[in-house]
Amino acid sequence: MNALGVIGGILQCLLVIGGAPLLIGMMRQVRARLEGRAGAGIGQPWRDLRKLLRKESIAPHGTGEVFRVAPLLLVSTTAVVALVAPFVTTASAVSPVADLFAVVALLALGTVALALAGLDTGTAFGGMGASREMTIIALVEPTLLVSIFALSVRVGSTDLGAIVTSALHDPARVISPVSLLAAVALGVVIIAETGRLPVDNPSTHLELTMVHEAMTLEFAGRDLALVEWASAMRLTVFLGLLANLFVPWGIATSAAPLALLVGVAAFVAKVALLGGLLAVGEVFAAKLRLFRVPELLAGSFLLALLAVAASFFLAQPH
Amino acid sequence: MNLVEAGLGAAVAAGLLSALLALTFPRRMRPVPVGVGTAVVGAGGAVAGAGALAGQSCSVEFPALLPLFGASFAVDELSGLFLAVTGGVAIAVAVYGIGYARHGLDGRCVQAMTPLFVLAMLLVPTADSVGTFLVCWELMALTSLVLVLAEHRRRDTVVVAGRWYAVMTHLGAVAIMIGLLVAAGHAADDSFPALRAAAATLTPTAAGVVFVLTLAGFTSKAGVLPLHAWLPRAHPEAPSHVSALMSAAMVNLGIYGIARVGFDLLGGGPAWWWLLVLGLGALSAVYGILQAAMSADLKRLLGNSTTENMGLVLIGLGAAGLFASGGDRVLAGVALAAALLHVINHAAFKTLLFLAAGSVLRATGSRDLDELGGLRTGMPVTTWCFGLGALAASALPPGTAFVSEWLLLQALIHGLPASGGATAIVMPVAVAAVALTAGLAVATFVKAFGVGFLARPRSSAAAEAVESPPGMLAGMGLAGAACVVLALLPSAVLPAIASVSTAISGRAQPAVSGVITLRLNGVAGALSPLLLIAALLAVAAVFFAGVRLIAARRAPRAARSWDCGAGPLPARTEYTATSFAEPLQRVFDDVVQPEQDIDVTHHRESSYLVHAVEYRQRVPDRLERRVYEPVLKLFAAWGETARGLANGSMHRYLGYGFYTVCGLLILLVVIR
Repeated sequence: MNALGVIGGILQCLLVIGGAPLLIGMMRQVRARLEGRAGAGIGQPWRDLRKLLRKESIAPHGTGEVFRVAPLLLVSTTAVVALVAPFVTTASAVSPVADLFAVVALLALGTVALALAGLDTGTAFGGMGASREMTIIALVEPTLLVSIFALSVRVGSTDLGAIVTSALHDPARVISPVSLLAAVALGVVIIAETGRLPVDNPSTHLELTMVHEAMTLEFAGRDLALVEWASAMRLTVFLGLLANLFVPWGIATSAAPLALLVGVAAFVAKVALLGGLLAVGEVFAAKLRLFRVPELLAGSFLLALLAVAASFFLAQPH
Repeated sequence: MNLVEAGLGAAVAAGLLSALLALTFPRRMRPVPVGVGTAVVGAGGAVAGAGALAGQSCSVEFPALLPLFGASFAVDELSGLFLAVTGGVAIAVAVYGIGYARHGLDGRCVQAMTPLFVLAMLLVPTADSVGTFLVCWELMALTSLVLVLAEHRRRDTVVVAGRWYAVMTHLGAVAIMIGLLVAAGHAADDSFPALRAAAATLTPTAAGVVFVLTLAGFTSKAGVLPLHAWLPRAHPEAPSHVSALMSAAMVNLGIYGIARVGFDLLGGGPAWWWLLVLGLGALSAVYGILQAAMSADLKRLLGNSTTENMGLVLIGLGAAGLFASGGDRVLAGVALAAALLHVINHAAFKTLLFLAAGSVLRATGSRDLDELGGLRTGMPVTTWCFGLGALAASALPPGTAFVSEWLLLQALIHGLPASGGATAIVMPVAVAAVALTAGLAVATFVKAFGVGFLARPRSSAAAEAVESPPGMLAGMGLAGAACVVLALLPSAVLPAIASVSTAISGRAQPAVSGVITLRLNGVAGALSPLLLIAALLAVAAVFFAGVRLIAARRAPRAARSWDCGAGPLPARTEYTATSFAEPLQRVFDDVVQPEQDIDVTHHRESSYLVHAVEYRQRVPDRLERRVYEPVLKLFAAWGETARGLANGSMHRYLGYGFYTVCGLLILLVVIR
């Protein structure tokens, strides 16, 4: 734990917590413009959150602590990842937590909390959403782990900071088959994990197709606000990880104010660019049938496995 | 007299005494002294194990105890670890068993067998000669068989499960016996020190035969593929506290056997042994968790999860052997530490899960997840205990398996660049297997906990369930406390693991060090479960306070569920365990090959009118169908054929005798 890490951690947390709704707003705006609509403006998700936070919270009869704690747990796990992962600075506020496996497991914990809350409502939709979400996560988690492992093999460490630092010092490594394969695999699973098209449609309310929305149907007021906020934060965190694992330039390696400023600007620019690209892609994509999704995920799992194999054959002895 | 001797002496005395009490006491007064006695046996084992891990040793011989070869016992670090784990499990189970026995399990035989089973499990890792080991192993098999059959009067399936268990455990014992006797044939006598001394003189073929035969026997006890078929049968049918003992303590002794024979008696070995172990482990891990994910029977699910976890342990063990055979002691130490830590973790959370499942079974009389649900209101303590166990089993952060799987992945990831050929293929596949297992385990335990305990009750039995008596809750509490300590402070048991892996791998430095932050020695890697939880709690507190500050000050209101405006639907519309697993089952259709049939009954008057539609779906064990059924069919056909040979005619039998003698005489003439 050092000064750089602590400052960076706080900056990252504030950026992710405050910026995530703006990212969603920007993505919606991009989609709206491309579809020929005016759009509600970038600040709309923040206005929605403010409105929801003022409403009263309603818990269905028969639900218990799991249902009440889930939104808080979901948002906290994401915030912890925002605190420790290398987004603005390479150092981590709580370095023994900035491990790849820990970060993936933390994000999975949030998903599990939400799925249990969906089951806890005892409604058919809650169970359906939970079942679908668990099917997707059971396939996403291996790909996520294997593809980031492909990147960590050449560094010899699963510490996210170390992976990013090594890419900074040796830019040639970024343009290698390993990185390319891993990047594609990671991109696919991030789309699946954050519930974007073509896996899940974040703006749908059609019961037969939805995954994420089905679990959150029974939430209201500030609980719903937290869930929505958390899902925006998860998207930001995942895009940030994708950006910094493959294009780490701009990240601050010292606590100098200028370096931190550049770090913040680079992070914002990278995430905004990736979000914009994702939004543009979504305009042209149709939602896949639920049982076609595993094929997509199996394909990305294979790519990740190939990335690990390639990283072995390209590994330099150290 | 040191701790080891005192502990083991107390365990033997308490075990025999409580078995005697069980036979003499009247039924009503039986469970309490037997439970206390069994707990003392467990405590004795735990104390002896702790002593052995602290460096004390003990070696005794009783030349007159067993005919021909006598009995000899010795305790070293490796035995100590398994003694401590078995003892710890036994304490929690014994406390639980006092309350659970009122559930019709206070018969003389069952009560007497429980302490003897624990005692036999404690004696297995202390045996120091082939003869002693086999006798203890057989004692463990027999006592557990009696306990599996405890409820044979209530359900017919118990007898079937018992038969499977009896046959497979004894075939395993025969394989171990032949393997160890081959080794002993090359040694001066049958004691383990003599075997160790003779290991260097064994030819590679002979050593390979010994290893493969013992591996077959030990993996059948550990429930590892393809010899797992008894496990998902016996675990659900045995009384729950016996399932806990078998699943959390007995299967570990299979791991002990592989480590003892492979690393200690044979002194490591060529890479192909350990590739075999690793491959079996990877296969079991993925197959076990897939079966668990499909299963709607709570205890069968837990049994399949045991196959998965033993698979993970074998991946660690195999990787350790592989690294050691390549001369990399650092990574071998890390992999071994991962395997042993997972043994301990698995023992803790599987005890908790089986005891909680027993509590559910007692309250509702059902193991079928499709009929449970809503137990949270009636049985809050059991629900939270199961939730804790499920969290621990699914490798999510504040859980025990999280730490050991992290260690395992670290060993695999660092092993990749350093080594050549075979490892380059094996390591990525092993990482993928562990990762796939982690993902499926999450889905499985969300299903078990979410469908079984949350939501609304799906049957009247589940709606009327009441909490178990305090004795059972205390047993679960002990196991739960162990889970929490292991999850937050794995450093509490790491010194013990370090001493074992030092003894086996010969590396003086422990593989993992640190109290709050675990750091790998020799390779990069650090993790701190405690800091992770602290950070999570701190951030949650900040968010809670922040939301309180800006959100509406109105208290949360309870209302009926919205459910898309459809209103309160009956519990029949809820997702069941089967429907929850359906998407996963569809994804892995080619692997699990579910069987479905639809029976449509028509009205007699017209075939256009449907009277009833019956839909049945089963997920049979595919491996069983492919491997076991042909063998069983072969035996059945053999029996059918042989039946014609014996038709009761005395003349025919005399003829058989005559021709056999003639044949033997001819054979002798030819050989001479």
